[in-house]
Amino acid sequence: MAKQYRNIGEEAWKNNVEKVSAELFIFTYGSLVVQLVKDYEDYGAVNKQLDKMGYNIGVRLIDDLLARTGLERCQDLHATAEVISKVGFKMFLNITPSVANWSADSKEFSLILDDNPLNDFCELPPKAIQDGLWYSNVLCGVVRGALEMMQMQTEVTFVRDVLRGDETSEIRVKLERMLDEEVPVGDD
Amino acid sequence: MIYSIFIINKAGGLIYNKDYSGSIARLSSNEALIFAGTFHGIHALASRISPAAGSDSAKDSGIQTIDTDKFRIHCFQTPTGIKLIAVTDLVHTRLTDVLTKVYGMYSDYALKNPFHNLEMPIRSELFDTKLQQLIQAS
Repeated sequence: MAKQYRNIGEEAWKNNVEKVSAELFIFTYGSLVVQLVKDYEDYGAVNKQLDKMGYNIGVRLIDDLLARTGLERCQDLHATAEVISKVGFKMFLNITPSVANWSADSKEFSLILDDNPLNDFCELPPKAIQDGLWYSNVLCGVVRGALEMMQMQTEVTFVRDVLRGDETSEIRVKLERMLDEEVPVGDD
Repeated sequence: MIYSIFIINKAGGLIYNKDYSGSIARLSSNEALIFAGTFHGIHALASRISPAAGSDSAKDSGIQTIDTDKFRIHCFQTPTGIKLIAVTDLVHTRLTDVLTKVYGMYSDYALKNPFHNLEMPIRSELFDTKLQQLIQAS
C-alpha cells in the first residue's frame, strides 16, 4: 500500500503539476510572514492567521489532489497518513515527510519533515523563538482544512521546528472526531 | 452527444448548469435548482436502500446512471461530496473519464480562483470556455 502511494505521488509530481521557481515561493512566503508579524505584532496571533490561511488553502487543495490522482476515500487513519505524506506533500512541495509516533489508540501521528523548502535561508530572530512563532504554520492549516473536507475534524500543530533549534521539524496530527453527518452518502 | 452538465455541491445545491445542445428543451433556472435538489435526494436514498449496503467489500456509492428511452443521466460523486452530472444521449455508456476531466477543471478554474466562494454558483468565463471545449471534443 505504501509503495503504491509513493508511486502515485511520484507520478503526480512528475506529470500532473505545474512547477514554479522555489525562490519565488520562498520570497513570497517570507514576505507574507514578515508582513503578518508587522501587522499583528504578536507572534501567537501570527500563528493563528497562518493556520487560518492554511485552512482556506487546504479546503480547496484537497479537490485538486483528488482530481489529479483519482484516489478514493481511505479506509483508516494509517492510509490517510500515508496519502498525506507520500502523495500530498510530494505533489505540492516535493518532499516526503515520514510518518511516525503513532499513539496507542491510532488516533494521532506525527509527520517528520527532514527538509522544509519554506525554511531555506530563513533564520528566526530570538524574540520570535521566545514568543513561539511557528514559521511554517500554514502547513498545519492546510492539513487541517484538507482533512476537514474529508469529514475528519483534526487538530494539527507543530511540535518541533529546526528554525527553533530542534533537530527536525515535526507536525502532530490528532484526529478529534469523524464528521459522520457530512459523509457523502454511500461513501462511508 | 452530451446535452448538458450539472454540478451539485455537498449540500445539494446547484452550483453550475449548462446546456450544450440547441435542440432540447431548456430547463428554467428554477427547474434546474429543483432537479439538483431532487437528484441529491434520490442519490442519497439509492445508496441507503442498496442491498449491498452493510457488507464490507461492496459499499454502494450511489447512482451512476439513470436511463430513459431517449437519454441517459451520468453521475460522478467525488470523495468530498461534489456530484458531477451529465445528461447525454444513449450512445455514451460510461462518462467517468469525461466527468473526471470536468472535476479537474472545477478544481482548477473554480477552486484556484481565490474570489470564488465555495458552495456558491460558479461564475467563471474560463471555466465556461474550457468546459465548452471539452464537451465539444467528446
